Amino acid sequence: MARLIRMDRTGHTTLAEWTADDDAALAAAAVAFREQLEAGHYAVVTRGEGHAERVTELPAEAELVILRRPIAGG
Amino acid sequence: MTTTALPETAAVAWRERVDERALHVRGRLWTLSTSAHTVPFVATAGVLVGIEPFLAPVSALALVHAWAIPELYAKRGANVLSPHRRRAPVAPAEAAQRTALGLLGDLVGHAARDLHARTGLVPERGALGVWLVGEAGALLVRPGGRRVHCWCVRADDPSLPPADRTAHLLLALREDEHGFATVANLAFSGARWRVRRRLAPRMRGALDEAGRMARGG
Repeated sequence: MARLIRMDRTGHTTLAEWTADDDAALAAAAVAFREQLEAGHYAVVTRGEGHAERVTELPAEAELVILRRPIAGG
Repeated sequence: MTTTALPETAAVAWRERVDERALHVRGRLWTLSTSAHTVPFVATAGVLVGIEPFLAPVSALALVHAWAIPELYAKRGANVLSPHRRRAPVAPAEAAQRTALGLLGDLVGHAARDLHARTGLVPERGALGVWLVGEAGALLVRPGGRRVHCWCVRADDPSLPPADRTAHLLLALREDEHGFATVANLAFSGARWRVRRRLAPRMRGALDEAGRMARGG
């Protein structure tokens, strides 16, 4: 089961779960995904150790999509 | 759809994107700057003793200055990894930190997970060298292991538990290493041994390991 999670004050929160053959769950995950991007989060998919990609549309095939806040120089 | 450039670089559009050449130049400039601060004191110490041996105490003071200035800069660099710099309004809940640690552990390999448990820092090989990622900053150990760049950078949410703050930086680094170095503020560049002495004792092992990795180990 694929998951959309957001890193937050609780550690992380699972916002949606879906499988490739569950269209309704995938659509709900896509809605949650867009809401989080509009709220200012960035979505990242890990691509093996040492690599990650930012995505702007929910990748249905991904196992885990992580939402993060922006970073800035301190 | 996937994108490659770190979006946060748009907020620092005036900065030149950091690459291998830019890092080399900045390292040289730091060395030049340090020399400009210390050489006059050393020269003054030598001249004073040469003119009048009774001025040896004044010469010693000048030498202390020459020693202290690079040390202060190195301390500034080491401070980027200090958890005390965190500006969280409240202490993170233990449960939140445990949850965050689980996610961070899933993002890295066994060796990195072990090093993080011992030192609080996550090592990450990159194209520019070996990174040590902390809660509010990162060190970049350059290939060869002799020079370290200290970067001040943080996640823009003070309520995050510490492990999540590290995960934020790690993910951004993995998305776009050059963009990450562009967004971050360079606090110090200099000798690894100088930074090591100013790190918290528990973190020194991580810098040793990063140095070993940067030497090809």
